[in-house]
Amino acid sequence: MTIVNAVLQGIFLGAFYAVLACGLSIMFGVMRIINLAHGDLAVLGAYATFVIVEQTGASALIAFVVSLPLMIVLGYVLQLTVLERSLKAGILTPLLATFGLSIVVQNLLQLAFSPDVRSLGGSAGTITTASWQVTSGLSVSALGLLVLLVAVLLFGGLQLFLSRTRVGWMMRATAEDADAAELVGIDSRAVYARATALAVATAALGGLFLGIRSVFDPVSGPTQLIFAFEAVVIGGMGSLRGTLLGGIALGVAQTVGAQIHPQFAVMAGHLLFLAVLIVRFGGARLRLRPV
Amino acid sequence: MEAAVLAAVDVRKRFGALAVLDGVNLSLHGGEVVGVVGPNGAGKTTLLNVLSGSLTPDSGSITLRDRDITRKSAAERCKLGVARTHQVPRPFVGMTVFENVLVAATAGGGKRGADAYELCVRVLEQCGLAHLANRRAEGLGLLQRKRLELARALAVEPAVLLLDEIGGGLTDAESAALVEMVAGLRDRGIAVLWIEHIVHVLMQVVGRLVCMDAGRVIAEGPPSTVVAQAAVIDAYLGGKA
Repeated sequence: MTIVNAVLQGIFLGAFYAVLACGLSIMFGVMRIINLAHGDLAVLGAYATFVIVEQTGASALIAFVVSLPLMIVLGYVLQLTVLERSLKAGILTPLLATFGLSIVVQNLLQLAFSPDVRSLGGSAGTITTASWQVTSGLSVSALGLLVLLVAVLLFGGLQLFLSRTRVGWMMRATAEDADAAELVGIDSRAVYARATALAVATAALGGLFLGIRSVFDPVSGPTQLIFAFEAVVIGGMGSLRGTLLGGIALGVAQTVGAQIHPQFAVMAGHLLFLAVLIVRFGGARLRLRPV
Repeated sequence: MEAAVLAAVDVRKRFGALAVLDGVNLSLHGGEVVGVVGPNGAGKTTLLNVLSGSLTPDSGSITLRDRDITRKSAAERCKLGVARTHQVPRPFVGMTVFENVLVAATAGGGKRGADAYELCVRVLEQCGLAHLANRRAEGLGLLQRKRLELARALAVEPAVLLLDEIGGGLTDAESAALVEMVAGLRDRGIAVLWIEHIVHVLMQVVGRLVCMDAGRVIAEGPPSTVVAQAAVIDAYLGGKA
């Protein structure tokens, strides 16, 4: 029974990783940008929600909804000011630019909020602690279930967006061949800006869940980035559905690994990542695939 | 003669020391097919790139219905009615044939909803791809990819259609069908500029032939006159004929 419980908890944990990884997957899929600041943007989103909670006393979920438009605007601005310029300078430059962005965000957060550890758990209401004991060895937490539900809706919604909407088609066409897309009337700059805005919005959602599940501080970003990156690679780079499954695989590897030894949890995830890299070596799938 | 739909005036483009376009003048009218011939490296594809907006000329101007579009991006030109095909087809391989055409109709053509669907169905039927509509473009052969390339260009309902070596590798029957189709587009008032190596295919449909060599237009006029000119024979046909 403990193993069943471990797998179940792993699915919940993995759904969280998938939400974190979603934006990373979008930016790689559409623009071939590996955003090293993705984790920091998630943490920035958590702080944005935190500030609204502190100022208004609202629930973290409400505060997140308020902070979301700000994060979307931030995504647009980021693309139009930093990333678009770096994209013109070859494939290495965006990597360096986002690395620099990561350092800037971390230091600004240090400056504004001190290195103290924060949490959104207290302001998220009973969702943080509620759980159902199914049997003696099997429990389902309300938060785990919520994260899983949101992850499925998020990825399902994105697939529908990409396969059913005009902007979605434009995004897929641009992801495949930006020059050819220009020649059928698609403004790739606008598509890229939308993709980054979407990615930053999902990063903020990941940051919300991070803050409710546990704690964060100004330098929490890189750790989140590693898990998100592993989820994307395990699922196949550029494949959104793969990212959801990759996140869940990573989560299950960690919780099952913890059954072997509590210290082995994170290592088990890394080993899965390494195994996938070896198996896929040279055969990475580099397309944003529809359903 | 009525005003040109698309006109290039003294267009120049250098790649390093090489003048690929060395003062090209060209005008295209609605309802005419203009063929462009010339040896490899004459600047034909560069001309197309400059007209479609993939490249910006160093100097000179390009106008669409008397409006200067020299600095407009390829996407903007497409929305204004300039569509093109590539010599090597570039379909969006991860998308279905229908989606390939649909994205062009909605982005470049500005169509929405049912209008876009109807247009796509019509264009796919016209290009003989209707039965493949739900196949992924990845699985198409070369001929089908060329047809899709054309269908995607037509889905933006262009006023000007730029064709780059679309007839290469076709059988006689296939190129006859292509000629018939281009003639149909011409009769609907579309201005067509067609770059092609296979001169006898061009001769069947073009009203005017332009011969380029070393970045310049060296001859222009009725097809039969142009192919008979000594300069053209030297440059293009290598002194034969």
